[in-house]
Amino acid sequence: MSEPLLTLEGVHTHIGQYHILHGVDLVVPQGQLTMLLGRNGAGKSTTLRTIMNLWRASAGRIVFDGQDITRLATPQVARLGIGYVPEEMGIFGQLTVEENMILAARSGPMDEGRLNWVFELFPALKKFWKSRAGTLSGGQKQMLAIARAIIEPRRLLIVDEPSKGLAPSIINHLIDAFTQLKRTDTTILLVEQNFNFARSVGDNVAVMDDGRVVYCGDMQALAEDVALQRRLLGLSLDSHQ
Amino acid sequence: MLDALLSGDYPRSRALSALLLLIFVSLAFAPFLFPGTVAYQTYSKICVFIVLVASYDILLGYTSIVSFAHTMFFGIGAYAVAIALRDVGTGWDAVLLGTGVGLVISLLAGLAMGLLSLRVRAIFFALVTLAVASGFLILTFKLYTFTGGDDGIRFSVPRELRPSFKLLESDLTGFDVIGFLTTGSLQDALFKVSVNGRVVMYYLLFVICTLLFLLMLRVMNSPFGRVCQAIRENEFRAEAIGYRTVYFRTVNVCLAACIASLAGSLMALATRYAHPETFLSFGVMVNILLMTVIGGMGTLYGAVVGASLFLLAETYLQNGLGWVHARVEGIPLLADVLTPERWLMWLGILFVLSIYFFPKGIVGQLRVWAQARRARRSAGGDGETAAAPTLGRR
Amino acid sequence: MTTEALERTKTFKPAEWIDAQPHYFLLLLMGALGFLAMIFYSWAHLAELGAEPTVLGALGKAASSWLTMTVAGLAMGLLIFIMASGMTLVFGLMHVLNLGHGAFITLGAFVGASALAALSGLTQADSLLVNLLAIALVMVAAMLVAGAGGLVFERLIVRPVYHDPLKQILVTVGGSIVILQLIIVFWGPNEIPVSRPGSLLGSFTFGDVVIEKYRLLAVVVGLAIYAGMQALINRTRIGLLIRAGVENTEMVENLGYRIRLLFVAVFVAGSALAAVGGVMWALYDQMIHSHLGDLRMVQVIIVIIIGGLGSITGCFYGSLLVGLLFNYLSLVTPMVAEFASIGLMFAVLMWRPQGLIPVIRV
Repeated sequence: MSEPLLTLEGVHTHIGQYHILHGVDLVVPQGQLTMLLGRNGAGKSTTLRTIMNLWRASAGRIVFDGQDITRLATPQVARLGIGYVPEEMGIFGQLTVEENMILAARSGPMDEGRLNWVFELFPALKKFWKSRAGTLSGGQKQMLAIARAIIEPRRLLIVDEPSKGLAPSIINHLIDAFTQLKRTDTTILLVEQNFNFARSVGDNVAVMDDGRVVYCGDMQALAEDVALQRRLLGLSLDSHQ
Repeated sequence: MLDALLSGDYPRSRALSALLLLIFVSLAFAPFLFPGTVAYQTYSKICVFIVLVASYDILLGYTSIVSFAHTMFFGIGAYAVAIALRDVGTGWDAVLLGTGVGLVISLLAGLAMGLLSLRVRAIFFALVTLAVASGFLILTFKLYTFTGGDDGIRFSVPRELRPSFKLLESDLTGFDVIGFLTTGSLQDALFKVSVNGRVVMYYLLFVICTLLFLLMLRVMNSPFGRVCQAIRENEFRAEAIGYRTVYFRTVNVCLAACIASLAGSLMALATRYAHPETFLSFGVMVNILLMTVIGGMGTLYGAVVGASLFLLAETYLQNGLGWVHARVEGIPLLADVLTPERWLMWLGILFVLSIYFFPKGIVGQLRVWAQARRARRSAGGDGETAAAPTLGRR
Repeated sequence: MTTEALERTKTFKPAEWIDAQPHYFLLLLMGALGFLAMIFYSWAHLAELGAEPTVLGALGKAASSWLTMTVAGLAMGLLIFIMASGMTLVFGLMHVLNLGHGAFITLGAFVGASALAALSGLTQADSLLVNLLAIALVMVAAMLVAGAGGLVFERLIVRPVYHDPLKQILVTVGGSIVILQLIIVFWGPNEIPVSRPGSLLGSFTFGDVVIEKYRLLAVVVGLAIYAGMQALINRTRIGLLIRAGVENTEMVENLGYRIRLLFVAVFVAGSALAAVGGVMWALYDQMIHSHLGDLRMVQVIIVIIIGGLGSITGCFYGSLLVGLLFNYLSLVTPMVAEFASIGLMFAVLMWRPQGLIPVIRV
């Protein structure tokens, strides 16, 4: 396993009076795609939001590339080069696709080459470049959300359930896109419910339950061990295809 | 007995009980304890405002409805009585007629407002009431022939309420508490109280206000009041449990409107004068807001404490500031902000600070302290049962 | 024609059309209002035909009084818009209902009055340009003071209560009490007369049409502010950020922007706009007092409710509608005119509870 880019050590998070994360330990290795799996309510999304400091960690440490980011404000976390796509995508529906992308390219005008590369990944965006983002379909919105996150080079890309509510053909398209992204040496942390998706793109996997990481290891190993899947996720690959 | 009177809603703090008792006793014997016209006006006003503020608390504290139209109901009650006594006659029938008409109009206006509150979001509602209230104020100024406009309405009250009316032939003796405390002379503190119409008026006011207050305590501690609080905490959930929030909120607004209207009628009777400035202006509305929040939202007792302290401050804090002002005279800016006329500014600062640091107001804070003390004591005593009895309510 | 298009023509819904084309709809609404007024005026003048020799003459009179009232109404509407724009902007982005906005209007008026007095050399000059320069300087002074006040207000009063609408209402009312009392400390409790520069007194007359010079200035300033705000919001990166922030503040932060700074900037700008409104109103009324802002707030609130809380375009058209309605009616029955705006507000609320152009929030 290569150098860790992001490390969570014993992170606890409270939302109001509810204790959601009970000491999450997670390592995201540099240059690889780490999948975060787990059933509903296990704390996956909360973990991602805590990394961005959208929820404040009540205990524990979050280290990004050697720097403690536990107490950094959300914009500062983002400025370290972390692109985050929340579960509900956070598309600005009243703005055009173009304006959404302009905002995402925070440091100035968009790089022509990189934009073309994004268009190659998601041709639909080019087609609807001047339309309001609110009029896009669910899959197109997800593509826009991911495109926003990668329009500038990021050191870490965090995506919360990209496959949620999408048709299988579009999911396959997203799998292709993530496979391509992996080739650019971007470190990625993905939350997924769709095991098929996870198996297709993941290098490493962490499984969460009840606010803790209960399994950490190689994606390939988990994909081949049906008994382990059943134990961790309560499902077998066969029933999910 | 006490349980029935207070509907089981006790002050739950020793300091608060003492304060409430002090206020109650002072008001119950006010004509015999505080001589003078200024004092008479102050304690009558305190009685009325306790009820008025409590009725506003029903909206703000118990259902989180922010309305700026509460003075409108206060004014409706006042003007209805004033107009009835001016145009119909000066008998009790006119008083009842005016009060009744005021109540009906307030009820209808409250109904309209309650229904409106369903149509628009909370924040809109606050703004709309603000606009409506100012419209009503303008209307009162403009309908000169009917409302007296800027001159207001002076009117005569029934014979029994006039200062010239004597209930008892012989005078009674009063004891001037303030005078005694400042001079220390027992002899000088005694004064004659002639039991005239003014005293009758005050006791009428006092009794009705006490009854109205107890009524509000009863309603807010009934199942109805509990549902209102549930709606405040989580409207969606209350609706999901099966309560029709529409109905509860409208009834609540109507109740508050009617009580405010009654308070207005009483106040008009006591002062024999109705004027937009004293009943309808935005200033009065802000004062009600200040009293509710400083006293403690959602407690009703907060209204008693808030109204008493605020009105005493309005009348007497200025003397205190005058004293301070005399000490800092000559220091340019400081002297300017410490003049008695700037008391409202200090109150505003107090208000903002109290929202930040004591959002539960005086009453809420006293209860928090009392609970902490009880918890400490029982923790020192038998340990485990800490604070359990106090959690039973609310 | 595709089936989709057919579908659309079959179920034409006015509400959807308004959402899609708010500008056209509002212009139409204003046009309709003006047209109704025109008919009404003609009818009124024709009814008094006895005094007028010809039908044409009567219609001419009607047209000129209509024009006079229209310009006056637009001017008044734009004055209200200047005062209201800051409040609706702050609400749209920050979701903060600043009831202390009126205090900033008052502050602007008082600072403006003092600045005008200080610039008496410029205001008394017999040149329109110099006079306008004086007014511009006065506005800058008022904006600076109110902007600084807004900075303090945002930090001390508003910031601790973001996300708590009830406390916002209470705290901003409390804050406005303090500001007003401080204004009285500095300027005293009495009314202060404000003298308008000479070249802005009086009016232009074209035949029977009378147009006050100052109202013309109000129209120009109001339109300039509206155009400026539209340009800022639709053409600049800051505007893009504001529009994005209105929809989803959290996502703006996720993209690495410090939205707090934007909030502060917008609040300061809102306070400064209130001050401009205060100056304009002071010059219009030529008399200022500490209740000025609170009295104006009623109209401000009405127009932002009509327009849709948070919408600048809605606020603009709402202001114009209120101004026009008031002036058209005041010629007929001044009594009704006072309540026309409240009536309009209720009509709009019953029809579209979110206002004419609601702000869409994710």
